[in-house]
Amino acid sequence: MIHTLENVIREHPFFQDLPDHLLEFIAGCAKNVRFPEGHVLLQEGDPANEFYFIRKGLVSIELIIPNRGPTTVQTIGEGEILGWSWVSPPYRWHFNARALEPTRALVFDGKCLRTKCEQDYQLGFEMLKRFATVITARLDATRLQLLDIYGKPS
Amino acid sequence: MANPLEQEISEQVTTDPLVPQLYRTERLKHETDDTFTMSLVPTNGNSRISFLPGQFNMLYIFGVGEVPISISGDPAVTTVLEHTTRSVGTVTKRMGLLKPGELVGVRGPYGTHWPVSENEGRDFVIVSGGIGLAPLRPVLYHMMAQREKYRKIVLLYGARTPEDILYKRELERWRGKFDLEVQVTVDRAASGWRGNVGVVTPLVARAPFNPTNTVAFLCGPEVMMRFAVMELQKRGVPHERIYLSMERNMKCALGYCGHCQYGPMFVCKDGPVFRFDNIASIFGKGEI
Amino acid sequence: MSPQALRSDKHVIVAARQFDLLLQALKDVGFEVVGPTLREGAIVYGQLASVKDLPEGWTDEQEGGKYRLIRRTDAALFGYSVGPVTWKKFLFPPVSRLWKAERANGQFQIIPEQQRPTKYALVGVRACDIQALAILDKVFLEGPFPDPGYQLRRANVFIVALNCTRAGGTCFCASLGSGPKVTAGYDLALTEVLKNGDHYFVVHVGTEAGARLLARIPHDLASEEEVAFADNQVAEASRRMGRTLNIDGIKELFYRNSESPRWDGLANRCLSCANCTLVCPTCFCFTVEDTTELTGVHAERTRKWDSCFTTDFSYIHGSSVRPTPRSKYRQWITHKLAYWQDQFGSSGCVGCGHCITWCPVGIDITEEARALREGELRAGMRGEEGGR
Repeated sequence: MIHTLENVIREHPFFQDLPDHLLEFIAGCAKNVRFPEGHVLLQEGDPANEFYFIRKGLVSIELIIPNRGPTTVQTIGEGEILGWSWVSPPYRWHFNARALEPTRALVFDGKCLRTKCEQDYQLGFEMLKRFATVITARLDATRLQLLDIYGKPS
Repeated sequence: MANPLEQEISEQVTTDPLVPQLYRTERLKHETDDTFTMSLVPTNGNSRISFLPGQFNMLYIFGVGEVPISISGDPAVTTVLEHTTRSVGTVTKRMGLLKPGELVGVRGPYGTHWPVSENEGRDFVIVSGGIGLAPLRPVLYHMMAQREKYRKIVLLYGARTPEDILYKRELERWRGKFDLEVQVTVDRAASGWRGNVGVVTPLVARAPFNPTNTVAFLCGPEVMMRFAVMELQKRGVPHERIYLSMERNMKCALGYCGHCQYGPMFVCKDGPVFRFDNIASIFGKGEI
Repeated sequence: MSPQALRSDKHVIVAARQFDLLLQALKDVGFEVVGPTLREGAIVYGQLASVKDLPEGWTDEQEGGKYRLIRRTDAALFGYSVGPVTWKKFLFPPVSRLWKAERANGQFQIIPEQQRPTKYALVGVRACDIQALAILDKVFLEGPFPDPGYQLRRANVFIVALNCTRAGGTCFCASLGSGPKVTAGYDLALTEVLKNGDHYFVVHVGTEAGARLLARIPHDLASEEEVAFADNQVAEASRRMGRTLNIDGIKELFYRNSESPRWDGLANRCLSCANCTLVCPTCFCFTVEDTTELTGVHAERTRKWDSCFTTDFSYIHGSSVRPTPRSKYRQWITHKLAYWQDQFGSSGCVGCGHCITWCPVGIDITEEARALREGELRAGMRGEEGGR
């Protein structure tokens, strides 16, 4: 099982160029998971102690807005990383995440990784570098979304 | 130089290229609350419609004005001419009120085309945003009609909200085919939307195509195309295989009124479809 | 002398006192004769009823943002440089209706205008003007949709060129190789000579039409000395240009410097008044206006000169691509000196200096080009190494 997991991790660009011993450790913190459609992976306010690598499926990042109900702000799909609140205090989710279709993912034990990162700064830096890239890409996309580029010219 | 001492000044026998042909409105279909498709037929019964995907016509509404609109129909259809546009100014607003039978002035087709048949045997990734799907629809019609000549086709389409999605029926039909990958995303979801939410660029990052043998066609707001190009670059698609459709103010569409200049290029004759390496040095530069 | 003997490449002498006969001969064969006339303190092109309409004995003083007419001490008919107008308007009218449309019973029809252009004889066309006409020919005749109106007017025009024996304060045709000597594109070419009390024109025959016209007026064959003297006057003018422009790699220079801080300084000076585009002999931009009248029965399409400095020249999707004087000026000069080369295979500038003279704040195209070059040298960038 761990070998298959490790291969999946090795092949994904997110985990590329990591030294073997770190890859092994990370793989050791990972598990395969499946969610049916409608399953809530993350709940706003809950402790953030994991992150996901989506292998197949579609997950919506939502906020419950008064009078509007659950509102999707963005969706995350195949090959993307979900959840970075495990990195910084107070380690709580800011959004809900719900599977819009049957979804397969790898879940990583964030608490375990956090502890190890505090001891092994190389691991810490490598993880933070990668998450910084994820966050930047998400920020770029969000900014574009905000620009309302298809809106009517005023 | 002709000798005016010997010849009479001849009356103008060539038609000025600023004189339109007259077409009749056959149908006006509202695609969304501000976007519609006009179907026009020539008033001259012998006229056969002929255009290449990506080209545009200058359409004239009596007493209101003339604007450039991309041709959005099936290139194999020679009897009806289709254009899709948003209602944004005086001319397009009046176009949105056209009744069957009303006449429209047509000049064209003008401009460069999407190199579809030039890329047989390649994978295609088509990235469109908003009304940008309109000039790309002829590409899809053409490829679906000769499917065996093309390999993988991926269509990525971004719209503002689910209500703003163009050509819903066609998209559903295409999505149902096993050999065409269609991914639609919206900037803002409505309740009940179970699809992608977010801009179209992350879809480019994860679309299933082989960068070494892919050609990319992009059409939509310039800022969307800019970010999409970055994603394609990251995946290793070379500049010579990325094509964009650009827009600028147009008056004559003949290459000499000067309005559509984009750097040294005239969008009406060197474009609107540009190969990216030819515009890379000015693309995204402010106020060019 | 019979036309057969007057083939191209012959030089003849026409006495200044008989110059009027040349103008009358042009009228006799059906041309409307236009040339320099004096009006409201400037030399502009208008109808020449006779030689009396030419600005005899006048010259001009031109500098950045300055134009004055000054009396000469002799009776030269063409002793000045070019004024604020160009010959463009005779071939490419500032306003022209293309067609009318009439609506009836819910339908409409289009009635194209019949073009009946006047046959013009342009008298006093300088080398820079000739170069400008060759450039406009490329623009309007060599694209995918040749302009039939321009084609017709161009075919019906007779050109009496003039070699400049005096360079103007803002002239720099010599830098561009477009003057001051006319080398092609004319029916007749004149060089005015005033020497030791004599006043005559050395006339070079350019075409059959030119030969036939010359045959109608008194003339003598020119001697080698007379031709040499005239050529020398022109060569002198070449050495006394008011400005110079270094055209070495100028296209690449502008391509490299689209973000130069120089443009910011210009933004504070340029008024976007569009004078430069109005007086430039090669600017070709026009707009197409569709209009109707109150009853909604009649509509028209009119073509009008336009300028890249107008607010809505680059208007699209609710705003202008180039909304500021900074980007507008940059567009104009980059188009003229750089983009034009990629578009039409030559510079768009002919070195006439009109834009310098008629800019109200004296912006100088040669100074701007020089400033970009010097800016690069100061920054330690060498043009040949490609800079950025």
